[in-house]
Amino acid sequence: MTQGIRDKVAIIGMGCTKFGERFDAGPQDLVVESFTECLADAGIEKKDIKAAWWGCCMPDISVGLGAISLANILKLPYIPCTRVENFCATGTEALRGAVYAVASGAYDICLAVGMEKLKDTGYGGLPQSGFVGYKGTQMSANITGPGMFALLANKYFSKYGLSPQEGKMMLARISAKSHKNGVLSPKAHLRKEVTVEQIMNAPIVAWPLGLFDCCGVSDGSAAAIVCRANMAKKFRPDPVLFKSLQVVASSGEEMLCNTWDGAHIEGIYRAGLLAYEEAGIKNPREEVSMAEVHDCFSITEALIMEDLQFSPRGRVKEDVASGRFNLDGAQPIEPDGGLKCFGHPIGASGIRMVYEMYKQLQGKAEKRQLKNPQIGLTNNAGGFPWNIIASVCILGK
Amino acid sequence: MVGIKSYGAHIPRFRLDRNVMQTALMFLGIAPLRGEKAVANWDEDSITMAVAAAMDCMKGENRDKVDGIFFSTTSQVYTLRQNAGIIAAALDLNTDTRAVDFADSTKSGTAALLSAADAISGGSMSNCLVIAADCRVSKVSSNGDYTYGDGSAAFLLGEDDIIASIQGSYSTTHDLVDRRRLYGEKLEHIWEERFIRDEGYMKFIPEAVTGLTKKYNLNLKDFSKVIYSCSLAGTHTALAKAMGLKLEQVQDPLLTTVGDTGVAQPLMMLIAALEDAKPGDKIMVVSFGQGCDALCLTVTDNISKVKDKKGVKKNLANRAPLISYEKYLAFRNLMPVEVGIRGEETAFISYSMIWRDNREIYGMVGSRCKVCGHPFYPLQRICANSKCGATDQMEPYRFAERKATIFTCASDFLAPCIDPPASYCIVDFEGGGRALIDLTDCDPNVLKVDMPVEMSFRIRYADEKRASISYGWKAVPVVPQ
Repeated sequence: MTQGIRDKVAIIGMGCTKFGERFDAGPQDLVVESFTECLADAGIEKKDIKAAWWGCCMPDISVGLGAISLANILKLPYIPCTRVENFCATGTEALRGAVYAVASGAYDICLAVGMEKLKDTGYGGLPQSGFVGYKGTQMSANITGPGMFALLANKYFSKYGLSPQEGKMMLARISAKSHKNGVLSPKAHLRKEVTVEQIMNAPIVAWPLGLFDCCGVSDGSAAAIVCRANMAKKFRPDPVLFKSLQVVASSGEEMLCNTWDGAHIEGIYRAGLLAYEEAGIKNPREEVSMAEVHDCFSITEALIMEDLQFSPRGRVKEDVASGRFNLDGAQPIEPDGGLKCFGHPIGASGIRMVYEMYKQLQGKAEKRQLKNPQIGLTNNAGGFPWNIIASVCILGK
Repeated sequence: MVGIKSYGAHIPRFRLDRNVMQTALMFLGIAPLRGEKAVANWDEDSITMAVAAAMDCMKGENRDKVDGIFFSTTSQVYTLRQNAGIIAAALDLNTDTRAVDFADSTKSGTAALLSAADAISGGSMSNCLVIAADCRVSKVSSNGDYTYGDGSAAFLLGEDDIIASIQGSYSTTHDLVDRRRLYGEKLEHIWEERFIRDEGYMKFIPEAVTGLTKKYNLNLKDFSKVIYSCSLAGTHTALAKAMGLKLEQVQDPLLTTVGDTGVAQPLMMLIAALEDAKPGDKIMVVSFGQGCDALCLTVTDNISKVKDKKGVKKNLANRAPLISYEKYLAFRNLMPVEVGIRGEETAFISYSMIWRDNREIYGMVGSRCKVCGHPFYPLQRICANSKCGATDQMEPYRFAERKATIFTCASDFLAPCIDPPASYCIVDFEGGGRALIDLTDCDPNVLKVDMPVEMSFRIRYADEKRASISYGWKAVPVVPQ
């Protein structure tokens, strides 16, 4: 494989709003909040931005179609502006548009903004309609986010012989770890510690997933300004470099054929393979210092550890129990508390993940700061676990 | 000679104990009888129950030969859109099939049966599916509320390999208004029970029986079973006495185990009789509803070849208690339930799309790759087998009769559902293929990986504002026999 985009693009500025049930803020407010911090961090002027990518997954409950909403909110001066959506990987897709535009040589400096305003629907959980189209609604089961991952949890427990208690305990430890990190994360929505016992005894949403195994629905925005790597030091002494940015989409084989084992997420595994090759990483478990992965549900994070080759297949339970993924462990996962503590404003999440890796690599992660991290990985995944859009982004210095 | 080639039935799994009803309705009155009634699940209606009975009937029969489908009900889902046509689509019958809806009277089931027999005898069709199904609602605490039950009966009529010949009939028409319901109304109105008993049942049934025996010079004593509809348990017994029937000739009207299933009642009783019948047995069936149809059948030697039918016996045995009367009210949409804002979002149904993909959505017909043999549901144009990938090398492949096992399952309290949790699963089909589908008629506490399931045609949701019902296929755990 060629070098891809390794070391061709740098991040010179980022911003991130406070995530949460932002009844006080509409889309305009969220975007201005993240962009203002981002522009100041980059130290450039708005007119230096040559093209923009706008990640908003559910525009019909917020800003409507097309990219004019972003251009209008920021008063972008008649530059290329594109709205993208790829289910829950929308934020990473917005970033990918900006990054590839710079890598192609078409533009020097580009902007990516992700935002989602989910809390105007009036009910909990993701909106009910619009995901699968006219035919899909007549043929799909009555599934929800927690339910579809419960399907995988039940298969994983069955395949690897975890008792209900063992399985619930593994999941509870994952959520407890993230909640502890959220306490140190001023922009997170949830900032209280929750014990393993509380998590295991919480009301069930879709067994084995209880209330604390599920990330919340929240509002938020995050933004990034990227530029050519060989001009980044003009703007700041500590730019963060893209080592890799990969996205894969399932062919549909998992649900149409009978070979998928139901206990892993093939798309994430494949995205990881492509990303590691592009970044030149041979041993992910040893070489990836830290990661923000798509922990929409505790089971999802568990499976992702195996799919990204951090843990051997069927054995993530041991790594979770040993504390490997804790903030003070060998390979911290969700140092900012993850989706678990931030919630999942879809268009923003992929960029919020990069925000944490960016701050960690620059030594600016405050009380969450890890000791000299070198390589950060973000993983953003959307759609259905068996029919997924999976992204892996690897960042370094 | 025209006759019944095969039969099938469906009795909903939920059974509501009339004592439970009485507890809820004590302030209004006393239950007219005890026992239990079969209550259709929230995702069942006359159409879905008809499909279930027809699938039971068609097991082992050749669907390709069916050129008629006669459907009867007094609980029409649509009053404009052929209900039999929806059933035909679910059964994936050939399109050159004559479909007819028979409605408006509880004697419509026998009307459909006799019309089918006439059409076959007359030479205008060869194999007709006759299905009678009712999903009944009545005002709270009425006699109907207590007495009615839900269910369906199906027969395949033809002239070869018959298990019982249909030898003759005698019909009466009397505009005696025991029950009535105007166009557009949901609930029936009834007349005085004593009047219905004395002027209706006690006069019409014997009149029809006598009419039939006189017409063909038959002797009532020669009948193994004399089956007649009756909504009133006491009257059913009184009629047996009035007509001089021996105890062994009386067929259980199923009032205390299923309830009065309207158009299906006499036909379900016929199936129960056939399950115990011997070659040579003469059976009489009399329906009731503004007059009667009476018909006589003779069981043939082929009766011993009948196997693998759920019929009445196995359906009766497959039961789960409906724990409260309120649940029944919720299932039948008789009380306004808070479904939550999420539950109010109903997806628009495009009838252009439904028409284009009719076989796939209603018929559960996917595709099988002719190159590698892998079946797929939903239908694919390009083979999903990564070792094959052939384009447009597919043939139609129906999944509805395929056995399957649960690959994995989940029970979800977040999904909008009138009977939470909503359960669903990924199934692996015998012969290949995999699908994500809803589960129904199951106990979420016993669901597990590798359980065998079968496919069932059900309501997915109703969009009342747009007069649309979304139908599709769900998985039901196979009941060990």
